[in-house]
Amino acid sequence: MYSDKVMDHFTNPRNVGVIENADGIGEEGNPICGDMMTFYIKVEDGRLTQVKYKTFGCGAAIAVSSMISEMALGKTLSEALAISNKSVAEELDGLPPRKLHCSNLGADALHLAIQDYLSRHPQEAASLKMPERSREDVYEERFGRFGHGPAPTEKAD
Amino acid sequence: MKGIYLDHNATTPVDPLVLEAMLPFLQESFGNASSIHAFGREAAKGLTTARETVAGILGCTAKEVLFTSGATESDNLALRGVVSANRKKGNHIVISSIEHPAVLNTAQALEKEGVQVTYLPVDSDGLVDPAQVKAAIRPETILVSVMYANNETGVIEPIAAIGRIVREAGVLFHTDAVQAAGKLPLNVDELQCDLMSLSGHKIYGPKGVGVLYVRKGVKLAPMITGGHHEFNKRAGTENVPSIAGFAKALELAEQRRKEDARRIGEMRDALEKRLLELLPQIFITAQGAPRLPNTSHLLLHFIEGEGFLMRLALNHGIAVSTGSACTSGTLGTSHVLDAMGLPKQLANSGVRISLGRGNTMEEMELAATAIAQEARRLRDMSPLYDNYHNGRMAEEDRRQYDVWASK
Repeated sequence: MYSDKVMDHFTNPRNVGVIENADGIGEEGNPICGDMMTFYIKVEDGRLTQVKYKTFGCGAAIAVSSMISEMALGKTLSEALAISNKSVAEELDGLPPRKLHCSNLGADALHLAIQDYLSRHPQEAASLKMPERSREDVYEERFGRFGHGPAPTEKAD
Repeated sequence: MKGIYLDHNATTPVDPLVLEAMLPFLQESFGNASSIHAFGREAAKGLTTARETVAGILGCTAKEVLFTSGATESDNLALRGVVSANRKKGNHIVISSIEHPAVLNTAQALEKEGVQVTYLPVDSDGLVDPAQVKAAIRPETILVSVMYANNETGVIEPIAAIGRIVREAGVLFHTDAVQAAGKLPLNVDELQCDLMSLSGHKIYGPKGVGVLYVRKGVKLAPMITGGHHEFNKRAGTENVPSIAGFAKALELAEQRRKEDARRIGEMRDALEKRLLELLPQIFITAQGAPRLPNTSHLLLHFIEGEGFLMRLALNHGIAVSTGSACTSGTLGTSHVLDAMGLPKQLANSGVRISLGRGNTMEEMELAATAIAQEARRLRDMSPLYDNYHNGRMAEEDRRQYDVWASK
């Protein structure tokens, strides 16, 4: 059910930890839903020089956090903001449909950490070039993949 | 498969003696038990013997034993069959809120069809209070269904006490005894039940076969219609190989019950004791109630059950399961833990360990060490664990972890 890449990142998660005196912290999800992620970032000259995280969640949630930390490291802020749930899932060679919400959480937590940084650096925020989203992304967000509406949630066994 | 199998409440391997009892009916004695020629008679003989064996263990007559395709069918037949045949008497049934989905979802489906259903609450150990059963019974109540032992926590319900109350009120009493078989006595008179569901594959028998005990005089409408099989209560050519296997499995389960319970109970207790030594901040669910000797349900605080389960399987070859619904992708927790009043943020940390005949004391030490090791690793990367310690967690949330903790 999980791809080899998911299993690899789940078994050996990269960049786990916290950053003392982080420049930005983003927390998303909650323990009631079963998934929670906290991202910590360090920013120098508009680039993410450190990305760390802590994750409470299933195998997919852990793999997503690990993959996002790798993807975001060294990126400019606008490049990191362009990391989407879709691109994370793609980098992981796909996620089972019922686990796609984990990739949303991960991308959101990273973006929240960046927003946290930007809220304390308004000048940088003003000059930041926000990533352009493709028409396909906007369509998919509104109407689901192939226009069939959002993926159905599955019932517990 | 190499590894340590600690998921016997999910399913068990077929005992070699059970397989031996099945093989003749797959090969030379393959006849249809309804045929009147010698081939058929031989199969019918196997069927009769199996039915008598089961009846002997349940303390009933052979005619009160129906073979089904498994406990899910048995539960369905009990609820739907009783509701359908007793419409004149009433339209209300009572079930506990911690039933297996085979009962719970069937009751919910009946509710959509207009049947009134009362869901009995449980206490923080998961126990049903017989007094509340009594209070829930109305003049139009036709059936009460409470499971003998819970599949997630192993808690044992006071079935005889509940059965007495229900039957004194002139209401039928069904119990899903799937997890109790082989661990607790199954005499239907002592348990005061009118209907009882059993499963083959939980007692070292084959999958796809079960029993519904139906007390003489109970009105039950068939769900599967066709030929005159199973006393007109369940049509379909009898699955004689599996039925023979079921009977052998139940016979062995009964013979070995006390010895198994003692030996497996010792291992379970040793495992829990060791885990409490190795790992702080865990909670053993339903510890205050009588539990099945083979089942241990734990909350490993700050850790999500599925991630833990996967690591334990990958890194140590240890198979356990989780009551956490994250495995299924719904943002919900176990209905059993919910009913027990467990805070939702703790319920996602549930892990079920269920032992069986094949386990050894050495495996318990290995399992305890591996569980503690993986739990520590996952706590190291848990934001909840950080928040608990660094004061970022709300005081009321923090307190829950202290309240629900085994010492």
